Amino acid sequence: MKAKVYVTIKQSVLDPQGVAVQGALHSLGFNEVESLRIGKYMEIELGDVTQEEAEGRVKSMCEKLLANTVVEDYRYELEG
Amino acid sequence: MKFAVLVFPGSNCDIDCYKAVENVLGEPVDYVWHTATDLTPYDCIIVPGGFSYGDYLRCGAISRFAPVMNEVAKAAEEGKFVLGICNGFQILTEAGLLPGALRRNMSMKFACRDTVLKVENNATPFTRDYEAGEEIVIPIAHGEGNYYCDEATLEELRSNNQIAFRYKSNPNGSVDDIAGVTNKAGNVLGMMPHPERAVNEILGTTDGKKMFTSIINAWREQHDAANVR
Repeated sequence: MKAKVYVTIKQSVLDPQGVAVQGALHSLGFNEVESLRIGKYMEIELGDVTQEEAEGRVKSMCEKLLANTVVEDYRYELEG
Repeated sequence: MKFAVLVFPGSNCDIDCYKAVENVLGEPVDYVWHTATDLTPYDCIIVPGGFSYGDYLRCGAISRFAPVMNEVAKAAEEGKFVLGICNGFQILTEAGLLPGALRRNMSMKFACRDTVLKVENNATPFTRDYEAGEEIVIPIAHGEGNYYCDEATLEELRSNNQIAFRYKSNPNGSVDDIAGVTNKAGNVLGMMPHPERAVNEILGTTDGKKMFTSIINAWREQHDAANVR
């Protein structure tokens, strides 16, 4: 089974990298860009686990290590 | 009084911290590797700056799971002094020993220069030798020192007097100009500026010395010994 994990900075928290990249896009003429936020994408291969077990395990991975929930949100998808 | 300076793979201010303790206080100090599982001989634990584990994932995110961090948590619980500087501050927030988190600097630039700090709380074991409101010059050197906490946490920090230092001129976008915070009990301090780089005229400033003398005077008071200096 494969887990795809997305970690992004919370909406309420300023993302300086996103702001800088947004500015760069504007200077390239992409003026329609209203906001841009940078995050992380992780692919995790999981061994012999059921869908149900994987849900709990991946959530726990996110809470404990993959995201810092003080400043970041996470979501994930399970495949296979 | 015995000091430990923790060393993680990628720490790079460990020697400065060691030398600061040695030169300012002349007290015994050891380097302690991140795999250590016993900190009982030590009265103060310094978590130094650097780029532990290459800052992979997030600054301090991997280091907080090093075996020695369980011992740091125990030491903090016992009321021993724990001082996290720069990457050490990031590690202590990741470990949940201090509130908040450190984000990328607002400028997106690595900031490496002297800053003026205001001593907001001089009633901690780390700041007692400073005057309340004293302005001191201490250098910063970080790319991710932009302190963040939510409004409720900020209120709590203010009402518990947990804000130890504020920047006079905010170099990184930190909430409420915060440069350093303590835990509620006051025995754990995290700060982005480097007091260990401010202990000798040749370094441009000696304003960090009083942090080290504060620590030993606080310890001596607890242990009923004579104060130094």
